[in-house]
Amino acid sequence: MSQKRIDEIKAVCREHGNDAGELINILHTVQGRLGYLPKEVQELIALELNIPAAKVYGVVTFYSFFTMKPKGKYPVSVCMGTACYVRGAEKVLDEFKRQLGIEVGETTADGLFSLDSLRCVGACGLAPVVMVGQKVFGRLAPSGVRSIIDEFVNLEKEA
Amino acid sequence: METIKLTIDNRQVEVARGTNLVQAAASAGIRIPTLCYMNLHDLGYENKPGACRICVVEVEGRKNLAPACKTACTEGMVVRTHTPRVVNARRTVLELILSNHPNDCLTCTKNGHCELQRAAQDLGIREIKYRGETTKYPKDMSVSIVRDMDKCIMCRRCETACTEIQSVGVLSAVNRGFQAVVSTAFNDPIQTTRCVNCGQCVAVCPTGALSENSNIADVFRAIADPSKTVVVQTAPAVRVGLGQDFGFSGRSVTGKMVTALRGLGFDYVFDTDFAADLTIMEEGTELLGRLKAALSGDREAKLPLMTSCCPGWVSFMESHFPELAGNLSTAKSPQQMFGAIAKNYFARQLGIDRRDLVVVSVMPCVAKKAEAARPEFSCDGDPDVNISITTRELARMIRFANMDFTALEESDFDHPLGESTGAGVIFGATGGVIEAAVRTAYEIQTQKPLDRIDFTELRGTGGIRSATVDFDGTPVKIGIAHGLANARKLAAEVVNGTSPYHAIEIMACPGGCIGGGGQPYHRGDIRLLQERTESLYAEDAHKPLRKSHENPYIQALYRDFLGTPCGHRSHELLHTCYYDRKPVVAPCSTNTKK
Repeated sequence: MSQKRIDEIKAVCREHGNDAGELINILHTVQGRLGYLPKEVQELIALELNIPAAKVYGVVTFYSFFTMKPKGKYPVSVCMGTACYVRGAEKVLDEFKRQLGIEVGETTADGLFSLDSLRCVGACGLAPVVMVGQKVFGRLAPSGVRSIIDEFVNLEKEA
Repeated sequence: METIKLTIDNRQVEVARGTNLVQAAASAGIRIPTLCYMNLHDLGYENKPGACRICVVEVEGRKNLAPACKTACTEGMVVRTHTPRVVNARRTVLELILSNHPNDCLTCTKNGHCELQRAAQDLGIREIKYRGETTKYPKDMSVSIVRDMDKCIMCRRCETACTEIQSVGVLSAVNRGFQAVVSTAFNDPIQTTRCVNCGQCVAVCPTGALSENSNIADVFRAIADPSKTVVVQTAPAVRVGLGQDFGFSGRSVTGKMVTALRGLGFDYVFDTDFAADLTIMEEGTELLGRLKAALSGDREAKLPLMTSCCPGWVSFMESHFPELAGNLSTAKSPQQMFGAIAKNYFARQLGIDRRDLVVVSVMPCVAKKAEAARPEFSCDGDPDVNISITTRELARMIRFANMDFTALEESDFDHPLGESTGAGVIFGATGGVIEAAVRTAYEIQTQKPLDRIDFTELRGTGGIRSATVDFDGTPVKIGIAHGLANARKLAAEVVNGTSPYHAIEIMACPGGCIGGGGQPYHRGDIRLLQERTESLYAEDAHKPLRKSHENPYIQALYRDFLGTPCGHRSHELLHTCYYDRKPVVAPCSTNTKK
């Protein structure tokens, strides 16, 4: 980790008053900048907030939003909340796994896609729901998975 | 005090406002089963996450069942603790917990002492109806502690002990849902963390998830080896802990313990209390030296002097407050003083090589295992203390050797390392070390006999206590802390220069060594811990000699071998130094890019 990065993380902590109560917000901001929260970053935040690293690690592992591995450029999140689950989210998730060749929590070798499952995005009327980055896809069937992946592969080709 | 009247199982109960239903029921002789809940009120420990739901009860007028540990009593409340609905819910909860438990009770280290096992017994569980996925974690161990997280029921008592009582913060709940478990940061091996080995996590764990790293086999092997002379030393708190496993609660069983140790085959049964007296000679002299220097204007004199008997505290200081290394007494702990004297003095008396003398210690503590393993406490690879076992392990050895402990005759320790004064005995309770030091330092300093030997102002259960002792015109200010979160407060004062004390005693475990991580499990029974303390002070009161410097064997040891306290040979054998073990969190040195 570079000194610049260390200073950047320390600055984020300072902006939140080095307050342990702000831990989640700090982690959120730092992950927004770095894309993920590796061990060294968590240790640094623990040090700045004067709390045990185990506590920070506990929070990072509790919330599915936080990740210790770099996510793909297009992070795929399949909602496995109750409504989505009963409407076939698991089959959609399995199809993503098959098409991308990765398991939940992993990232494709080209760094384009990562796959996660999460609990309820608050769009139960659209169940089952998948988010890719900030874009939401609703009422999805396994047959619709290929076209979503292609959409982002093409986007990448154009860019 | 404002009180509340309520009815529990048709019995009228009156309790203070704020009392929860578990406590209220207990006051009426009703034991509501608990697993995650634990309350050691006097010692500041309370764990009630309301996680396990085994303590549910029916409250009239309330639709759902109430967790008794999280429900405060209200006026006129009508509570039932064993209706069919309650028992059904409780059984279901327990069966679900057991469905993800190894259930290997027969071979479990906690067999017979497990709170989960007891709950299953009390509820008459004869079949585990639920079958499903079970969690599998690799076992993790340090010199002191074994973590077997397959047996964790997520009560989080260990996390409360580690984080709130000890402020060490090595353990935390991690992950979520079925994967939730108590672990270290990044699941690092416990040996690589800032764990100070105090064992308070072990002391409160209801199941076999946390236990001591047992060295019983090493002891039996040493005893069976005809080429070895095996000596044993027993710490002060062991004699008031050991009896619990044999029906003696927190009463002192010194005489029976000595007989049992002899029966196990130890060649000499000695007492760490002897070494405690020796510690007082060294530490008391050191305190007087620093006091005199400071009073005569020496700015180099490091005050307050902080005690160094407790390896959990020493470890905590090294990893959290290394800047205090100069404040700690350089005197080794009694365990290590005993080892040094046994290997360098007693072995010579016997005319044997120190390698043929095996020193075993019985300690109320798991941190003593780590202390004994410190490289500075060995000579050419031969440790001064070869094997350290806990009070619990000794109880197991006694059972293993087919002894009926209750029927054992009482007998006395061997000489010369078995004689002790009352001052050595009270080392086992918070405030005891400093009281023992004051008894000796006072008489050496003033050359006058003490009017009273009991310094009751230094006793008690308050987490942080202070008292001023008048040394014939010189007021000596004393601070006492037990529990490392309390110690942290006193340590921080010393670091920032606001500490008002001349001397500070610190014990890592709540209550001192009587509440150590190696003692028979207290299971939240605060009265048991109180009884252990009272037993120690009673034993002290009944000793013919109660000041360390009056111990004739200590006097002989200085006359024949050591010379003077804090003299040349003492420094060589009985003093040590400390290390800066604060982890260097230098993120610049690590590269996060794969």
